[in-house]
Amino acid sequence: MSTVISALPIDFAGAIILFWLALGSIGLALQSRPRWITLLIFPASAAASLLLAATGLWALGETPDVALLPLGLPDLPFHLRLDALSAFFLLLLGAASFGITLYAAGYFRSMPGGTLGLLTLEYHVFLASMALVLVADDAYLFMVAWESMALSSYFLVTTDHKIPAIRSAGYLYLLLAHVGAIAILLCFGVMQGGHGDFTFAAMRASELTEFWASAAFLLALFGFGAKAGLLPLHVWLPEAHPAAPSPVSALMSGVMLKTAIYGLLRVTFDLLPMQLWWWGVLLLTLGLATAFFGVVFAAVQSDMKRLLAYSSIENIGLILVGIGLGLLFHSYKMGGLAALAITAALYHCLNHAFFKGLLFLGTGSVLHATGERNLGRLGGLMRRMPWVAWLTLVGTLAIAGLPPLNGFVSEWLLLQAFLLTPGLPHSYLNMLVPVAAAALALAAALAAYVMVKFYGIVFLGQSREEKLSEAHDAGIWEKLGMGWLALGCLALGLFPVSVILRLDAVTQLVTGHALGATAAQTGWLFLTPMAPERASYSPLFFLIVIATVVALTFFAVRRFYHGRLKRGPAWDCGYPAQTPRMQDTAEGFGQPIRQIFEFFFKIEREVPDPFDREPRYHGKTEDRLWYWLYLPVARVVERASALMGKMQHGRIHVYLMYSFVTLLVLLAFSR
Amino acid sequence: MPMTLSGQFINLLAALLLLIAFAMLSQRRILSLINLFALQGLVLTISTLIVAYSTNQGHLYYSAAITLVLKVIILPWILHRLIRKLNIQWDIETLINIPTTMLIGIVLVIFSFNLALPISQLAGTVTRATLGIAMASVLLSFLMMITRHKAVPQVIGFLAMENGLFFAATSATYGMPLVVELGIALDVLVGMFILGIFFFQIRETFNSMDLRHMEKLKED
Amino acid sequence: MMTPYSGILFQLLQSLLVVLAAPLLLGWVNQCRAWLSNRSGAGLLQPYRGLRKLLHKDAVLAETASPLFRATPYVLFGCMWLAAGVVPVLATDLPYAPAADVIALVGIFALARVFLALAAMDIGTSFGTLGARREMLVAFLAEPALLMVFFTASLISHSTSLSTIVETLAHSQAVIYPSLAFAALAFVMVLLAENARIPVDNPATHLELTMIHEAMILEYSARHLALIEWASSIKLLTYFAIGIALFLPWGIVEGNNWAGLPLALGALLLKLTVAGAGLALLETVSAKMRIFRAPEFLGTAFLLGVLGMLTHFLLES
Repeated sequence: MSTVISALPIDFAGAIILFWLALGSIGLALQSRPRWITLLIFPASAAASLLLAATGLWALGETPDVALLPLGLPDLPFHLRLDALSAFFLLLLGAASFGITLYAAGYFRSMPGGTLGLLTLEYHVFLASMALVLVADDAYLFMVAWESMALSSYFLVTTDHKIPAIRSAGYLYLLLAHVGAIAILLCFGVMQGGHGDFTFAAMRASELTEFWASAAFLLALFGFGAKAGLLPLHVWLPEAHPAAPSPVSALMSGVMLKTAIYGLLRVTFDLLPMQLWWWGVLLLTLGLATAFFGVVFAAVQSDMKRLLAYSSIENIGLILVGIGLGLLFHSYKMGGLAALAITAALYHCLNHAFFKGLLFLGTGSVLHATGERNLGRLGGLMRRMPWVAWLTLVGTLAIAGLPPLNGFVSEWLLLQAFLLTPGLPHSYLNMLVPVAAAALALAAALAAYVMVKFYGIVFLGQSREEKLSEAHDAGIWEKLGMGWLALGCLALGLFPVSVILRLDAVTQLVTGHALGATAAQTGWLFLTPMAPERASYSPLFFLIVIATVVALTFFAVRRFYHGRLKRGPAWDCGYPAQTPRMQDTAEGFGQPIRQIFEFFFKIEREVPDPFDREPRYHGKTEDRLWYWLYLPVARVVERASALMGKMQHGRIHVYLMYSFVTLLVLLAFSR
Repeated sequence: MPMTLSGQFINLLAALLLLIAFAMLSQRRILSLINLFALQGLVLTISTLIVAYSTNQGHLYYSAAITLVLKVIILPWILHRLIRKLNIQWDIETLINIPTTMLIGIVLVIFSFNLALPISQLAGTVTRATLGIAMASVLLSFLMMITRHKAVPQVIGFLAMENGLFFAATSATYGMPLVVELGIALDVLVGMFILGIFFFQIRETFNSMDLRHMEKLKED
Repeated sequence: MMTPYSGILFQLLQSLLVVLAAPLLLGWVNQCRAWLSNRSGAGLLQPYRGLRKLLHKDAVLAETASPLFRATPYVLFGCMWLAAGVVPVLATDLPYAPAADVIALVGIFALARVFLALAAMDIGTSFGTLGARREMLVAFLAEPALLMVFFTASLISHSTSLSTIVETLAHSQAVIYPSLAFAALAFVMVLLAENARIPVDNPATHLELTMIHEAMILEYSARHLALIEWASSIKLLTYFAIGIALFLPWGIVEGNNWAGLPLALGALLLKLTVAGAGLALLETVSAKMRIFRAPEFLGTAFLLGVLGMLTHFLLES
């Protein structure tokens, strides 16, 4: 295909990045005409996203391209490289941002011009820098792109900067992003192995001892983990994602977290010369802890966006479990199993971008229509906002891991990777693997609980507040954006074999083995990761059978009996005064989980007395890690800075003495 | 791999032993604890009989007889009489967070299974695979002693630990010398009598069988 | 004989048999319970009469019900029909069988359950949300426990496809697998929880505060209720069939071999009769647990499943 079109995929990617930056600047210039921004800029940006997705898809099947830009440092120009791993994540970025940008075209139509112009600039710089992170081939460009991604997302998070809670959320986010960036920088420093050449090609070729390779891995885990939301570096996620406007939350949860996963994959499998088994075990354990933590906390939230943020933490945990498992198998040279685990992890990345993006966009519409984020003030929105409700239902079923949608496929692949008798050398590891599978099954089951709570309380039941009867459904742009993502969920769920065949190039790059041949051995209809007798799954079959039975039953019942229907009041068991507030609140629905997992949380509850004239209920569920880890660290840092501050006492001759002593020392030692 | 019928049966009984150890960990009622202990003794007797039959070791028959008489008949009878005298037979104690205890139990099981694997490969008995289960039941009984705060269940935990050790001996080395076994049996019997006297003393001093009252004994 | 058409015919026969015979199994269990309580019972065909009565009635829907509420009974029925086709009740290696392995089977049940829970929350009364919350609580422990049972069986047979598991276990040389003994115990506990039987939930209760499953279907009437009740009985039969396939797999035909059909039918009838009577006995001697004991009950099942897997590594590998 490269002979017909004289340009390479990497040229397209570069052009799209420049186009986005241009759109951002134009958006800033057009801030006096917000209509033009929402009707021209955002749709054009969406089109560019779609083109980027197509480029990524095209580049998956091609050989890696390299490009060199004359910008950058004098002896280190910007290196760009588009290989299968970058291409996959570019596909993810393009496909998810297409839906999200279309949605944003409608969502921001009521925003004032000044804010909108700035937002457009920040939004496009964000998109461009994410794409640049994915194609960077040297440490300098990577860090420049990484930092601009962090900064632009910080400004996006603090769009409503007049609210103090949002400002502090943004501050926490920026702080942790920079702590992570320092770790990544140090990691690059270790990996260049003393040659001074910071290009990735040189890092691939450098020889590191086990000690330095492990040090680099741990630094990368810390740095990329801070961006991905790994336990215990996750505290910024539940603050920052809800604070941002909904399309931005969708982009951050769906795409930005995946750039951290990309970074981890790139460093561990591509740049480091060896992969040790205990890295895999560490990643597996941390991933499981993160997944469990995320889902248990999600179950007790009463703010719908915080619930989704914690759910993102859970899904990142699942992805890291897949990567850890793949790392473990790869270090023991079990290529086929490693390919299965990595395929599951990558598939889950793609799935999460789609269904989490869809869910955040749904909450955005709800927020826009009702002004409420608190689950205790929503309810019954299915009647007022049917389009949003049905599309969000697709996202909910997908994230709960139900067949035949996409969430189930990646969870299925991951469980298969656990089960296909590992036969690892250490007997401890052999026994740990089924226990890990058990923990995974538990986390997945809890995710279904959380999502039933989320969907049921927001969209089903009766409205808990009267003003909800004025809620309006989403506009055409929002419907298009959400529809695209819902369609993606469905397609990824129904045609897993085609997706896995495309993913082959990536797993081949990462582990040296590919799953596609075995997965497709009985045709495109059945997914058979190892052999048909071992396991097979056909989602299309599911859908056809269920749909057929539903249709046949419907017509049979009508034909042989009747379809008469009456409406009446709901069953009230004889209680006359039923109000909508007697439904479950968010805390009520999550109460069993809160009771079973009490030791995870730091709970403060104020329960009213039965004789109270004005009863009040107040409940606060907090993260223990904040008190155990972050506050002590903050105290130590403050004390250290206070000590440093003692050096500054304003007396000029002391400062002159500092300079004098330094001069003497330098003269003495520079001979 | 094909295994003889007796070998499979012993494996099944070992699994049952592990199940009983877990059940004792989560049991609240003292009456059921004693019955579970008696059941454990019975399982032990049957497995010793099978090993005796399949490997033609005569002294194991005597071992099984001692186990039957002591652990299935005499000790449970003593315990039943004790709790009737102390009037705690319908007692139900609250346990420290059952799910956490079970999770720790699972970790202990994994630990002992892994510990036992290299040793199993060295032993030459037909029941060597069950060494891991024996160690697991010892550790689980120990855990049971730690998580209880009434006196009688703690003692039952101690007796269950002895059961586990007996099973370990049978599986690794086809039982201990008969003299050692008789000595241990006598020790256990005498120990039960002495503990019975202790229980009455505890009850008189604190008016309850809750061992947390013993903290009052320290000098302040 | 092994033409593709005969396979499809066999598959259709199996699905129809399961769907049509499910209320009969329920009738048998209820009849055994009546006999054990010294009553004369309503007869084996009572569930059929109940279904017919419900189908004749006019449906009454709450004013606040949405299209999701109306669609759920049909979706539930469709899911159970799919499950009935996938589980090797009479024969393995049927055309549907490669469409789902054990994990996908758990997924089908989860899909049905989530739809029912959402429908329960749809009306907006406290009973529906109560039922949904309790059902999801039971499910979040029962589903992993079921998966652990399946994993134990799959570790022994090196496959997660139900056909392969049945074939391996029916022909295995070792007679007693201790890990399967643990798994069987866990499976019985999960069966009781998932099908809303005593000691987890009382299927015949009319006190709303003690309900789990019944509270979710409180608002359904007429043909919708008929479909849901029918789907519940199919679920019970399917669970029995799974238990038989995992723990008592002898007699199941392999491939679409029509000659083995009479034996398979006879074996199935015998096993279901005994299992149904066993369930009735279990229900009669147990009392329903408090709702907050249910997580302990299911936690025990989960731990038994994990123990089964660990025992497999120690004793059978």
